[in-house]
Amino acid sequence: MTHVGYLVAGWGSAFLIIGIYTWVLIQRGNRLAKRVPVEKQRWMSARDEAERIGDA
Amino acid sequence: MTTTQEAVETGRFDTATGSRTTRMLGWALSIGLIVLLWLAFIATDPDIRIDAASGDEIGQFDAVRLIYVHVPMAIVAYTAFTVTAIGSVMVLLRRSVWWDLVAGASAEIGAVASALTLITGSIWGRPIWNTYWRWDDVRLMTTLVLFMLALGYLAVRRLEGSAESRARRAAIVGILLVINSIIVNRSVEWWASQTLHQQSTITDAAIEDLTLFTFMYAIVFGLAGYVWLLIKGFRVAWLERQNERFGLVEALEQRRAEAERTDAVNAAVDTGTGDQS
Repeated sequence: MTHVGYLVAGWGSAFLIIGIYTWVLIQRGNRLAKRVPVEKQRWMSARDEAERIGDA
Repeated sequence: MTTTQEAVETGRFDTATGSRTTRMLGWALSIGLIVLLWLAFIATDPDIRIDAASGDEIGQFDAVRLIYVHVPMAIVAYTAFTVTAIGSVMVLLRRSVWWDLVAGASAEIGAVASALTLITGSIWGRPIWNTYWRWDDVRLMTTLVLFMLALGYLAVRRLEGSAESRARRAAIVGILLVINSIIVNRSVEWWASQTLHQQSTITDAAIEDLTLFTFMYAIVFGLAGYVWLLIKGFRVAWLERQNERFGLVEALEQRRAEAERTDAVNAAVDTGTGDQS
């Protein structure tokens, strides 16, 4: 196989960056979920769809 | 299907952002990744052709395997910014919270994907063009501008100000993202002489058979990954919003309770003083 170094760098950077982003995203979600009541954690379409930006 | 209320009652929230859908999609993506790696590195052949004049071997050789990650990243970035732009229009027209959160989550993924487009493209460019980067290359520069604009959009979302003005400002930048995506995509045709980048691999029918299948598979895999991240990102953004609201309500309740306690103590002191006099 030719260009092994480039293949490792290209695919490796993609795995690394997407992996870090996914891990950070999930950790952020877990941290925030501890501070929000469980019944308020998920989007509930019927009630929440009426909400508009700036509503108190 | 389990509703949110049922999930709350039965305690079936597995994680803060996880659900049956994301779990199933996650498993499918894990298996899909193994298939992608097998297709990209084992099943497909390197790009080797014979030059008719000299009889020498020419082509991209194994460096061609980088397009299975580079092109899907670019397509994910375009898709993500298109969704951000649609969300931005909905924010401006309807002040929709749902679309605002979708737009923000999608732009985050778009920023990651456009960064990876630049990184993997530069790495691919070194063996093919003999350079990592050229400052006068239209395709490279417009992609860099797109990435910077995405960072700008995410920065605007975090500026000080009311939720409404913040969302409106971000929405305007969000619409620019899709305009810039079109410029990036068309740049190889509009300014063909000012870029090293090849024209569209798909529309030029430059690849075929298993290479074409792997290429398309990698794009579908990338888009499925985008959907998974978008669902997760939306749920995190929703939690952030809820945390801001409930954090504020909690702080107000604490202040109110403190004020009531202080009033009660003052009243007790006043009563005690009154008794003595």
